[in-house]
Amino acid sequence: MIFPTLFGISLITFFIIQLAPGSPAELKIRPDQTGALGEQYTQEVIEQTRRLYGLDKPIHIRYFIWLKQIITFNFGESYKDHRPVMDILLERIPISLQLSLSSIFLVYLLAVPIGVYSAYRQKGLLDRIITLFLFILYSLPNFWVAMMLILFLGGGRFLDWFPVYGLNSEGADAFGVWRWLLDRLWHLVLPITCLTYGGLAFLSRQQRGAMLEVIREDYIRTARAKGLSEKLVVFKHALRNSLIPIITLSAALFPAMLGGSVIVESIFSIPGMGKLGFEAILARDYPVIMAIATISAFLTLVGILVADLVYTLVDPRISFEAKR
Amino acid sequence: MKAEKSVSYWRMVFARFKSDRWALSAFWVVIILFLVAIFAPILANDKPMILFYKQKLYFPAVFSYKEFSESDFKELSKELSSSDFVLFPLVPYHPNAYDLLEVLSPPSKRHWLGTDDRGRDVLARLIWGARISLSVGFVAVGIYLVIGVILGAIAGYYGGWVDNLISRFIEVMICFPTFFLIITIIAFLPPSIYNIMIAIGITGWTGVARLVRGEFLKIRQIEYVESARALGAKDRVIIFRHILPNGLAPVLVVGTFGVAEAILIESALSFLGFGAPPPTPSWGEILSQSRSYIDFAWWLASFPGMIIFITVTVYNLVGEGIRDAIDPRLKN
Repeated sequence: MIFPTLFGISLITFFIIQLAPGSPAELKIRPDQTGALGEQYTQEVIEQTRRLYGLDKPIHIRYFIWLKQIITFNFGESYKDHRPVMDILLERIPISLQLSLSSIFLVYLLAVPIGVYSAYRQKGLLDRIITLFLFILYSLPNFWVAMMLILFLGGGRFLDWFPVYGLNSEGADAFGVWRWLLDRLWHLVLPITCLTYGGLAFLSRQQRGAMLEVIREDYIRTARAKGLSEKLVVFKHALRNSLIPIITLSAALFPAMLGGSVIVESIFSIPGMGKLGFEAILARDYPVIMAIATISAFLTLVGILVADLVYTLVDPRISFEAKR
Repeated sequence: MKAEKSVSYWRMVFARFKSDRWALSAFWVVIILFLVAIFAPILANDKPMILFYKQKLYFPAVFSYKEFSESDFKELSKELSSSDFVLFPLVPYHPNAYDLLEVLSPPSKRHWLGTDDRGRDVLARLIWGARISLSVGFVAVGIYLVIGVILGAIAGYYGGWVDNLISRFIEVMICFPTFFLIITIIAFLPPSIYNIMIAIGITGWTGVARLVRGEFLKIRQIEYVESARALGAKDRVIIFRHILPNGLAPVLVVGTFGVAEAILIESALSFLGFGAPPPTPSWGEILSQSRSYIDFAWWLASFPGMIIFITVTVYNLVGEGIRDAIDPRLKN
């Protein structure tokens, strides 16, 4: 299943680049791109681009040339600083993963209890408040939230509690391990909040819905009829079954996080993949754009596969063969 | 007989929708936003709505009269005689009219929501911005509903290798981070609101396609489809006349949520500078200006954000209302 999908991912990335006005080589000699840079540089870039894309060959051959290169994770060199794209990405990916994985972790950590509680005390006052609050969170644009956080907590107009720039304070390299870690966490509070709240709102609602659905099932009535304690019914019988659909959602959460990181990383100046992608798009740095598209799609695919795997582990009713 | 039955189904849905207080009031806000967008030129403009000048009545929209195309109405209104009459719109500013004497002024009697860094009235720009947001929302969702419904219908109806191919395609599309894909496409195309619509449209259809596919898989096994086939109906007729209308209700829900999301995406794009080309007023664009003045110009940051939030919320509420109305079992 993974190979046809990978093949499709590469096809789409390739064709998006073909969609760009003019070929990459042509674009590079546009005066507004290279501007003041010398003639020799331009020639060199054209040659490099030609080599990378094999622009003198027909499109399907070009595709296979490109494919052969990306299979070995060779995405060429960045137009901007002439470093291999893979090197740049390897610097950036861990930073973005730090953000998105801790966000996803936080989302699950908070959303599951909130959803379960909300469903358990359905129609209670607190459930109503939570539901309303989650609904509001769900509709808030994350770039606006980022601005408001900066305005209120980041030294904008009111409090100056959190830094709004970068990953570490200046001179953090000299800190000891704990101080460095604390400093990093302190810098990540606002960006992670921005990345987390949307998924949290979404997932809590899903969890609540899943729980309400499970509670209506016959086996819950049976469990209650057996005289099991309410605690056991809720946590052992209901919760575990309600988690099944929630697990698969992590696969959908991941690309959303990567997309969201474009905005969040740009606003908070975090040198992750999102900011890199944003800058690459502005500079029309094609090798970088293609690499990011391919790799984030690949990471998402891995996420989906892991979710599928966990799915079969928690729900013995589903086997991989039957699902495929 | 058949037509009657489907009407009563939708009437039932409508009745249930109406009984949902939140959804109904959100629906009214949706209507109001629509009216604001449609009537933006007479709600916020530097040209008067009604002008009685030199014994002649100009109504309704003065901007369509040739003899005034060049004149400045603010000057004109000063030299009016007592027999003349002029009525300006509620917000007497054009969204693109610069006023360098009033750059970045906070909300006041003259400018209810303040002005931006070129002295343009924020409220006027918000009102005109509704046109951009709503049209992007609806057209983009329209595009992806069409793509999604057609692909989903084909996959679900025919099954087999066609279904396999389309399903794999959907899986591939899901792997890409949508927002990144959209800005990539937009950055490659000339800046225009139409390209934004297309970019959101061609990346957003996967959810709809999966949904419609599922509906078709379910419905094509019901007896009436079989009888239609036995009567010799063509595939096209079965798909569009017999199955699709019965599978459309959930699509409506997805579409409504989709409008909210598309509006969010459009404002995020404008915020990042990939939006409609300047000076087109758009909500996200005002917000992106505020980034440079975040330490004092709170009105630039708060009002557009609030409008985006309200718009997204009401569409989500309406979407939820429709979902509960269609399938009351889900309501809890």
